Amino acid sequence: MEMARAIVLMGCAIGAGLALIAGIGPGIGEGYAAGKAVEAVSRQPESKGDVTSTLLLGVALSETTGIYGFVTGLLLIFVAPGMFLGML
Amino acid sequence: MNVDIKGAPIYFEIPILGGIPISASLLVTWGVMLVLTGLSIWLTHDLKVKNISKRQAAAEFIVKTAENFVHTNMGEAWMHYTPFIAAIFGLSILGSLSSLLGLFSPTADISTTMAWALVVFVIITATKLRTNGLGGYLKGFCDPIFVMAPFNVLGEVFTPISMAFRHFGNIVSGMVISALIYAALTVANQALFGLLPGVIGDWLGAIPFLTVGIPAIVSLYFDWFGSFMQAFIFCMLTMMFIASAAE
Repeated sequence: MEMARAIVLMGCAIGAGLALIAGIGPGIGEGYAAGKAVEAVSRQPESKGDVTSTLLLGVALSETTGIYGFVTGLLLIFVAPGMFLGML
Repeated sequence: MNVDIKGAPIYFEIPILGGIPISASLLVTWGVMLVLTGLSIWLTHDLKVKNISKRQAAAEFIVKTAENFVHTNMGEAWMHYTPFIAAIFGLSILGSLSSLLGLFSPTADISTTMAWALVVFVIITATKLRTNGLGGYLKGFCDPIFVMAPFNVLGEVFTPISMAFRHFGNIVSGMVISALIYAALTVANQALFGLLPGVIGDWLGAIPFLTVGIPAIVSLYFDWFGSFMQAFIFCMLTMMFIASAAE
């Protein structure tokens, strides 16, 4: 029984850690978008306002996948252990 | 070291329909709604055409900004959505910022953001039905070919889910990181002043010097910037989805 509890908790913790790997994707994507925005502003400094608002919207949109990973991690830490231990 | 991260506490239950729980997010949402209503009534009472007061100038500025926002993103034909967008924006921003007062921010509760996203989803579907009719609406799922229908249905269903999770996740991540930083600073404080010898070290270590200013700087990003950004994005997406539903 102790072993089963330990395995459940370990699985939840490892899963939460793995879920946060999802943060890599948005990190790379947002960095790429920001780089392109810098290029655009340096080419046309007068369009800085438009570029910035479009960049913020795009960055927040691409952040969604990372947020999904984060929510999964939260569920695995705060919800899943109780649920699975209740099943035992 | 104790890190305290919890969902919305439930205060009491209304014993009808199997018990309706009254949680902190519900109470704070009603508080924010009362504040917004009171603010609107205070800003718009006794308006004049000439010699306007500062209060009226502020009210006009807010309305002008909201109308401009909707006009640039949706166009002239959608100006009647301005009150709806402005209401969601105000509710979202005051809801997120209520964490500054030490309240539980209602946007850190998936129920709140999911409710808003479902309202938007109903509006999107109603707009689609009104423009294309039932046949056109159903036909829209078979675009470009009928094999794609399951994916189109999934895409439709995931619109409100992704909107709700985006807002919820951003606010909650701010909350979790703030709590972690606060706990870490308390431990660091104890470790740092514990180096001092004897009673003085214990005594100084009990006073949280490090937690005075640093969490405020972190909250500048997570509370202020994050709240504005998420309110802006939620409204922006709402407008874009509704406007594109009519095509």
